[in-house]
Amino acid sequence: MSTTQVTAEPGTPYIDITREFDAPRDLLFRAHTDPELLVQWLGPRRLTMIVDRYDVRDGGKWRYIHRDEDGTEYGFHGVFHGTPSPEGMIQTFEFEGAPGHVSLDSMTFEERDGRTVLHGHSVFQSVQARDSMVESGMETGLSEAYERLEELIAELVPVS
Amino acid sequence: MTADHLSNVFGALADPTRRAILARLTEGDLTVGELSAPFSVSQPAISRHLKVLERAGLVSRSRRATARLSHLEAEPFQEATEWLARYQEFWSESHERLDALLVALQRDQSNQPPPGGPQRRSAR
Repeated sequence: MSTTQVTAEPGTPYIDITREFDAPRDLLFRAHTDPELLVQWLGPRRLTMIVDRYDVRDGGKWRYIHRDEDGTEYGFHGVFHGTPSPEGMIQTFEFEGAPGHVSLDSMTFEERDGRTVLHGHSVFQSVQARDSMVESGMETGLSEAYERLEELIAELVPVS
Repeated sequence: MTADHLSNVFGALADPTRRAILARLTEGDLTVGELSAPFSVSQPAISRHLKVLERAGLVSRSRRATARLSHLEAEPFQEATEWLARYQEFWSESHERLDALLVALQRDQSNQPPPGGPQRRSAR
């Protein structure tokens, strides 16, 4: 079973993802661009995904919502840059809970012997934006993120 | 102060030599001489890296006879990277679901693709 590799070098505004799938890249591309397929896999099972729009073309807009068990909604939207194809796609990504923090996401699908390696590369506006985006995007909220930072800082202060 | 400490941690982790030092310290405490051996940098340079790591709370130093030992303080390092683990979880779970979907799609390739939505397992 393949595993999802996530790397985020400290001090850089990037996040990289690599994952191999036992499927041809055309199919993987379809799973990433067909809203009916997308809602069946993107995000944890406990969240319901609703695609508002998914206009897969150069300049086309996309927007979807993740809804949790208590009805809280998390919206995300962006724009496709260049024509998305089975070779890859580039899009902007913005979490509606943190407006103005836009990342640029590119994805490539590399097929080898019927298997396909997905590479994702996200560029954030700053290291801090990356770190807080990841926190808020994972539904923890910024205040909790800051609490956790404070805990971390408490750890760092010498107790002697 | 808050921001300063955080910058110290991330600043300390930003340098590849310092990350290599931390990686070596996961195997046990080492002296500056032992630490500088595999690197093409001088002992004073390693000492400067150790000071940065010490300021960030990632390394503590003690004496054994005349030797000064460096010790890895793993906890702040783990907490600093915890957010990454959450991100990893999000995508791991998504990609496992995608694996299952791809299997189903390939099985049904001669037929119409299955309709979206109803198959997903709801938490409700």
